[in-house]
Amino acid sequence: MNVAHLAPLAVVLPFLGAALAFVLIKHPRAQRRVSLGTLTITLALEAWVLASVWTTGPVAVKLGGWEPPFGIVMVVDQFSSLLLVISSAVSLAVLAYATGQGAADGEEGGPVSIFHPTYLILVAGVSNAFLAGDLFNLYVGFEILLTASYVLMTLGGTGSRIRAGITYVVVSVVSSLLFLIAIAMVYGATGTVTLADLALKLGELDPGTQNVLHILLLVAFGIKAAVFPLSFWLPDSYPTAPAPVTAVFAGLLTKVGVYAIIRTETLLFPSERFNTLLLVVALLTMIVGILGAVAQTDIKRMLSFTLVSHIGYMIFGVGLASVLGLAATIFYVIHHITIQTSLFMVAGLVERRGGNSSIARLGGLAKLSPILAVLYFIPAMNLSGIPPFSGFLGKLGLLQAGVADGSAMAYVLVVGAVVASLLTLLVMARVWNRVFWRSTFDAENPDPVLLATAPDASGVRTMRALRSSKHVDATEGRFSGENEIPILPNMMLYSTAGLVVLGLAMTVFAGPLFDLSQHAAAGMLDRMPYIEAVLGAGAGTP
Amino acid sequence: MSVNLTLLLVMGVLYAVGIYLLLERSLTRILLGLMLLANATNLLLLTTGGYAGLAPIFNKDMPASAYNDPLPQAFILTSIVISFAVTAFMLSLIYRAWLLSRADHISVDLEDLRVAQQDLYDDEEDSEIAIEVSDFHENLQPLGKRETIRGMGPRRPRPPHGKEGKG
Repeated sequence: MNVAHLAPLAVVLPFLGAALAFVLIKHPRAQRRVSLGTLTITLALEAWVLASVWTTGPVAVKLGGWEPPFGIVMVVDQFSSLLLVISSAVSLAVLAYATGQGAADGEEGGPVSIFHPTYLILVAGVSNAFLAGDLFNLYVGFEILLTASYVLMTLGGTGSRIRAGITYVVVSVVSSLLFLIAIAMVYGATGTVTLADLALKLGELDPGTQNVLHILLLVAFGIKAAVFPLSFWLPDSYPTAPAPVTAVFAGLLTKVGVYAIIRTETLLFPSERFNTLLLVVALLTMIVGILGAVAQTDIKRMLSFTLVSHIGYMIFGVGLASVLGLAATIFYVIHHITIQTSLFMVAGLVERRGGNSSIARLGGLAKLSPILAVLYFIPAMNLSGIPPFSGFLGKLGLLQAGVADGSAMAYVLVVGAVVASLLTLLVMARVWNRVFWRSTFDAENPDPVLLATAPDASGVRTMRALRSSKHVDATEGRFSGENEIPILPNMMLYSTAGLVVLGLAMTVFAGPLFDLSQHAAAGMLDRMPYIEAVLGAGAGTP
Repeated sequence: MSVNLTLLLVMGVLYAVGIYLLLERSLTRILLGLMLLANATNLLLLTTGGYAGLAPIFNKDMPASAYNDPLPQAFILTSIVISFAVTAFMLSLIYRAWLLSRADHISVDLEDLRVAQQDLYDDEEDSEIAIEVSDFHENLQPLGKRETIRGMGPRRPRPPHGKEGKG
């Protein structure tokens, strides 16, 4: 028996952990241990699974022993197991961050204790979506993670979160309904929902029917992946959520949509019917997204727009439909999950340190908190694609794939990708200049928290070591209260630093990772290894 | 594959009404629209199973074509459960929105407004350093205008406790 057969545990374990965490809802400390322990075990297991499929082809796990295409099947291949490992590592870091925040703010016993079970269910849903071997199971995975995300998005139920939450829920429900309609039509046309079986049967359909099914799936996944023009909901809803929630959403949720698009384009509809459309959409996503970021004055909203913009890079690689393009996309996906999440985590820390996330109200943080400056600078340069970071390597792969493609459209995309990258550098540098580099007193409307902790004009720091709420003006509600609230809890700093280091490790081990991506991409474009793993040898040949 | 025309017509009407309601600004109507759309999709799933047949309990003497296709019904059950959960959650969201703002419609994103109203030219760096560093800097809009930007307007006095039930 192969280790890969243990992969369904990546879904089961978080569910069990969620149940246990729910039982322990009155015991925050035990609850924290359960959820952190569950995710650590899950991550170890997934790393083991990844090691076992590193060089081999896909492995199909037949749940309940039912033979596909009749039973439910989960498929573990290099791409899905790589994504599992990265997503679990990122969610573990964010959980540690949230735990640090919750412990620091003394929210024990409050409604926030619902956070841990919901978070684990979100992780289970993400894992389920990555492992799903049939379209309906993919839908169920999406619904699990979306329902959990509705709860996380509106934690606390403040006015702005409710407003953003309603937009988010309605848009997500509509995209899920579109997905369900697509499933119904696919089932009506072929009589199956197993991906491998569909891969064989969809090609035999009438081209018109294929077009309808293809475009329905792309629209449904495009909303989830926040591809322009279906991306309007994302910058509207993400920034209002609590910092750890935004971080994990930015890292994982859109990537599940990208994953589904990649599967649709490689496995279900390998024909190049909509590739030009994908390229156009990718270009618009990159450019419109980053122009939106340029206009923002709030760090979190700006990051949300860069998130949208960089989804465009991934769609670019998918639209090229070459091994190199797809490999670069896979590499870019795992790079972007790590980097975007760490940037949102740093934004949460900046908001804690400076009292605000608006650029106009911050300044001088490089002096006030050098570690925060380092933690921001590295992923910011990484995201902008400055050599030698992984962002540069991923973009380089995409540009090479674009040039290798050689069509006029691909060259336009190459130029667009470079422009979007430069504009990313612009917005990242602007945040750096204003929030970190300039003096606190140059800020347009400095936040009271920031002023209380900054040195005065003669350079004397009145309150250098601000550690607790007792030292801050009680009129600023955020830090008032009876408990001492450390402004930058160690656990939050360490977890953010851990993720930044993971991003750096991706740069160091870019060679093996890119080889793996290339291997995975070749297998996915060939399709036969996947189909034969699920349906048995010789299934693909008529 | 043969389909039931009545089901198709009902489905079409449900989709049409659902989409119309979804485009409203009132939250309750949006929720009703989503519920109708979910039910229309369930009907669509049902029609993919073909004509009604016998319950799919295996019997050796029965030809396979006499059975109904059970798979779409399993899909529908799952989808009903999911839409039930989401509807319940939406209702709680709407109730919370009502508690907070006494309004049953989607409000405007304030940050969006702020971004839209900022100057086109953004004098980038520290070309002029603000001397006054108070919270109420002169660059800000006058107080009265600011309130309208934030979408709050002058706060309406809440009705006395006994008369709230009418809304």
